[in-house]
Amino acid sequence: MNQLSRRDILLRASALGCSLAASPLVTPLAFAKAPWDTRLIVIILRGGMDGLDVVRPMGDPAFAALRPGLQDGDPAHDLDGYFALHPALGDLVPLWDKGELGFVHAVSTPYRDKRSHFDGQDLLEAGTAALSGGVRDGWLNRMLQEVPGLEADTAYAIGTGDLRVLEGAAPVANWAPEANLRISPAALRLASLVMEPDAPMHAALAEAEILSQTADASVRGGRAHQQIARFAAERLREDTRVAAFSLNGWDTHRAQARNLGRSLTTLSETVKLLRDGLGASVWDKTALVAMTEFGRTARENGTGGTDHGTGGLMMLAGGAINGGQVFGRWPGVAENALYQGRDLMPTADVRAGAAEVMRAITGVSQTALETKIFPGLQMGAPLGLMR
Amino acid sequence: MSFSPTLAERRFGFGLSPQIPAPQSVDAMLRGVAGVDQMLADHPLPSFRDLQDKLVLRRRFRGFARKNPDTDEGKAADKKQQEIYRTARDDWTRGFVQIQARRIQTPHAFRERLVAFWADHFTVVGKGGMLRFAGAAYADEAVRPHINGRFADLLRACVMHPLMLEYLDQNRSAGPGSIIVRRRPRWQGLNENLAREVLELHTLGVDGPYSQTDVRELAELFTGMSRADDYGFVFRRNLAEPGAETVLGKTYGQGASLQHIETALDDLARHPATAAHIARKLAVHFVGDVPSEDLVAHVRQAYAQSDGDLMQCYAALLEHPDAWVTPAKNIRPPQEFMSAALRAFGPPQQALSQMEPRDIGQVFHGPLRVMGQPWENPAGPDGWAENDAAWVTPQGIAARLEWAVYAPGKFLDALPDPVEFAQAALGDGVTADLLFAVNAAETREVALGLVLVSPAFQRR
Repeated sequence: MNQLSRRDILLRASALGCSLAASPLVTPLAFAKAPWDTRLIVIILRGGMDGLDVVRPMGDPAFAALRPGLQDGDPAHDLDGYFALHPALGDLVPLWDKGELGFVHAVSTPYRDKRSHFDGQDLLEAGTAALSGGVRDGWLNRMLQEVPGLEADTAYAIGTGDLRVLEGAAPVANWAPEANLRISPAALRLASLVMEPDAPMHAALAEAEILSQTADASVRGGRAHQQIARFAAERLREDTRVAAFSLNGWDTHRAQARNLGRSLTTLSETVKLLRDGLGASVWDKTALVAMTEFGRTARENGTGGTDHGTGGLMMLAGGAINGGQVFGRWPGVAENALYQGRDLMPTADVRAGAAEVMRAITGVSQTALETKIFPGLQMGAPLGLMR
Repeated sequence: MSFSPTLAERRFGFGLSPQIPAPQSVDAMLRGVAGVDQMLADHPLPSFRDLQDKLVLRRRFRGFARKNPDTDEGKAADKKQQEIYRTARDDWTRGFVQIQARRIQTPHAFRERLVAFWADHFTVVGKGGMLRFAGAAYADEAVRPHINGRFADLLRACVMHPLMLEYLDQNRSAGPGSIIVRRRPRWQGLNENLAREVLELHTLGVDGPYSQTDVRELAELFTGMSRADDYGFVFRRNLAEPGAETVLGKTYGQGASLQHIETALDDLARHPATAAHIARKLAVHFVGDVPSEDLVAHVRQAYAQSDGDLMQCYAALLEHPDAWVTPAKNIRPPQEFMSAALRAFGPPQQALSQMEPRDIGQVFHGPLRVMGQPWENPAGPDGWAENDAAWVTPQGIAARLEWAVYAPGKFLDALPDPVEFAQAALGDGVTADLLFAVNAAETREVALGLVLVSPAFQRR
């Protein structure tokens, strides 16, 4: 209920004292709004999501034999007669029906063969073709660097974990709903008094107070992903155009039927909370992109799970996407079609999907995308991911 | 501006302690760095060898468990490997407390700050599995013994440590003309990661006089450095690029040999750009985000004239008037902030060492994550940010305030008198406004928290 507009923040800032003027939330004072209106939400799925289990190629004759133990549970939801959606994402089927949910199958970063989470995530977030050192920032930040004069709250990195995809020279706001200010108003006033001689510190505290209050009633409570989703929606309803955060729990080496279901429920709740929080009008101009560092082995392993693989799945949601489709070139999962005889063969660069979405939203040039944001990427023909 | 014991503790140490006297001169500070390493003896940590043994053992149990998933022996082996992992993780968590004990109890806090500074300069993060628990052993074995010696020795120890080779992908890098690439064309070839970071981060600096060709040549020279099956260092001739390599205009010998690599590292350590890079980084870290050129030049000259003798660099830093300028400019990063709070409270060693790993996670590691500096887990090889703006964020300041109010009660038996604590923690840094706020606070927790979040405590 206690939702603050930027104007409210400014009014309160002047009541709190001048030092908030030094805060990134409200500088530069002349607000240069982002020159686009569509919201971009990037979710990094850490651990290697098993795309073959999330969007199952039921029509592929080789599929059933690969993972007999992973299809015992509730039936999957048919999507298009060939692919079917994991039962734990059942709540999102209405979005699919409306064209607000889509997938790109058999995608991967250029990362190959070593299958380390650590390197895989570094590469996914750096957006480079190889880990050869020297690149410190993330591709989403480099996209922002292409738009001069952006203000800090155009983009939000949300949550306590590192989010390299949004790190870099372009100003970005950070907030973790876990960063509570659970102290009394009187104590907060005293802290503000104590910090007053230090302008940046004082401003940061004032900003934290505003953020935690804004967030308070509606965001508080529930698990981390619920708080994050509510907070992201709240900022995106205002002037924020880009929000990024990560969800963990995809490394399903064992008991995948249970563990993946749990993580997908988290993802499904996150999407629904974002949609509800954004409201129909903003959801209509939102593109959500969820990506993971790699897919998993085509075959089930000996502990009811799957191991680190290669080709994976990208998920798209929001009213701005051209959903209701499984995009990508399906390579098949017959023995001789697998990558090194074990993994789903990647048929496209996952970066191309992200590039296409960003190109449509922000108008950033293909040259910038292929040389600066994703150096070495060849975008190829658009898949038609956006409306 | 000249030496002051209070500033020595705050700017160059972990703050004032109610129990440990502050150093009385620059000489005393330097002697504390050069002398016997009492804290290492008093508060030891598991060695890298110990972790290597655990890694090897766990791999064996894991392998057996995977091959025999349905047998009782297999299940027992699986339990065993999980237990080894848990033990290593708990050792790592408890190691946090040991490292704090060093920082709380040392009369030579500058030494502990230097260990942290250099461990960050040569950042490593263990990639995956139990390797991520190796950070403290690396700091103890590769960094700590060399911080009072020559930079060249420190550089060698860090760059050639198996954890570094693993972190920056050196261990599998093979020369395009190496034996392995000729025999197995599918083997991934050269990896420039370590070579680039050595030039950019460890020695010459990002503005240093090197080109992409130098990076590539150094990467070819580095080939062969790898880690053995037991995670120790090994030089693998079959990965090494044959022939000479030319880095920064100097050609390093024919044939693959560790000696050429060592010579190249020595030359990089001796390079004037390295002197300038190290001098600036020391000045930025200890004095302020934008140090005077005079201070940087003074340390740089000491480096150049002593062939990278680090004690001479510290002496130059501490003898310069800028080292003692007030008001303080830098903010303490979260980990230092926490250590300084612990040192100021002087919690009984027993209380800390008896904390369960879960509680250590809740009271220290969790809050550090929210403050933006998770324990031993920086985002990249460039380590933690030096600029204050990275730390003075809404989220960071809120997390510090929360921790300052709620955490001390969890590691102290009894909370001290807030006014006395303010005087003990801040010395002459106590202001009238702070005293007013401390006296006006509704609870002792809040009063103590206010002392900890005061600019006088957070800046140094």
